Amino acid sequence: MKRSDDAWPQALYNTLKAAGVRQVGYVPDAGHKRLIELCLADREMRAVVLSTEAEGIGLAAGAWLGGMRCALLMQSSGVGNCINQLGTVRECRFPLLMLVTMRGQVGEFNPWQVPMGQATPSVLAAMGVVVHEANSAEAIVPMADAAARLAFGSYQAVALLISQAVIGIKSFQEQAAR
Amino acid sequence: MKATLRRRDVAQALLKDRKGLLVVAGLGSTAWDITAVGDTPLNFPLWGGMGNAAMIGLGLALAQPRRRVLVLTGDGEMLMGLGSLATIGVQRPRNLSVVVIDNERYGETGMQATHTAAGVDLAKAAQACGFRVTRQIRARAALAALRRAIHASPGPLFAQIKVQAEKLPLVLPPRDGGLLKTRFRNALLGAQADLD
Repeated sequence: MKRSDDAWPQALYNTLKAAGVRQVGYVPDAGHKRLIELCLADREMRAVVLSTEAEGIGLAAGAWLGGMRCALLMQSSGVGNCINQLGTVRECRFPLLMLVTMRGQVGEFNPWQVPMGQATPSVLAAMGVVVHEANSAEAIVPMADAAARLAFGSYQAVALLISQAVIGIKSFQEQAAR
Repeated sequence: MKATLRRRDVAQALLKDRKGLLVVAGLGSTAWDITAVGDTPLNFPLWGGMGNAAMIGLGLALAQPRRRVLVLTGDGEMLMGLGSLATIGVQRPRNLSVVVIDNERYGETGMQATHTAAGVDLAKAAQACGFRVTRQIRARAALAALRRAIHASPGPLFAQIKVQAEKLPLVLPPRDGGLLKTRFRNALLGAQADLD
């Protein structure tokens, strides 16, 4: 693994800190493992484990009502769980920052991940979420920075999709070993 | 046991002299209930997003640890977001109360029975999820103590209040979501909120 591949979760965490994110809602995902650990270790950040990604949309809305910035970490399958709640985000024009690790996309080994993974960009777009796609490790941090500015500066719902090519899990065995 | 409490009386009793209480109401009847007591910028009545009222309350409570937050919602709305009780139980915010006005019905769609009509006990579920205080309430006499607990007891608090299934006149809050959000933030955070 190249060093840049290794380093992006730390740099992404730094980006969230710099953007003033103080709450992070997540459903665990192997691709977000390191970032979740960094958020949990940060005493100035509240990392909230969710029972479904849909809860995160409520968490982020409530945080904004209370004057705090929230980011959501999830896998592409979780995007499907959020759809109706994204209607609230759009109607109320809540800012929303979603960092989505993709499955069912590049070299997927689990066919059950493919339908939602393939539909993720169009489902988000249909609900009015701006979609940024990072297809290399180098692209993640600048795009996350831009996504955070668009979300909190321009009150938009923004999802950064982190390509499966970056996360690079190629088998069940490899996933289990992480 | 037939419920005797009436939902609008419950809302009136719980929101009496509410001081700086921040209130999120689930869509449908509970949104009309808090509006019947009096529409104010520190009410955030939902018109959609069923199942997420308690989570909005959690995000708000974590963002505003010095304020008390009340989520008032219905049994059908709470059942759709039952997992959020576990999420809140893990975070244990001391300033959050979730109160379910339980008429055992989907009130907006024809009064169909919810799971609570078949005996599902939401207060026990909340207790099992780690809420610090849980109550099931059927008597008017218990409401004053619940109101005090919402303002002062260390939470998270959960109460399930059994009420009559009744169709009441609609008392509607504004329905523009952007307006509801902005007026809430302005009232809570001041005009500076939108300049940061």
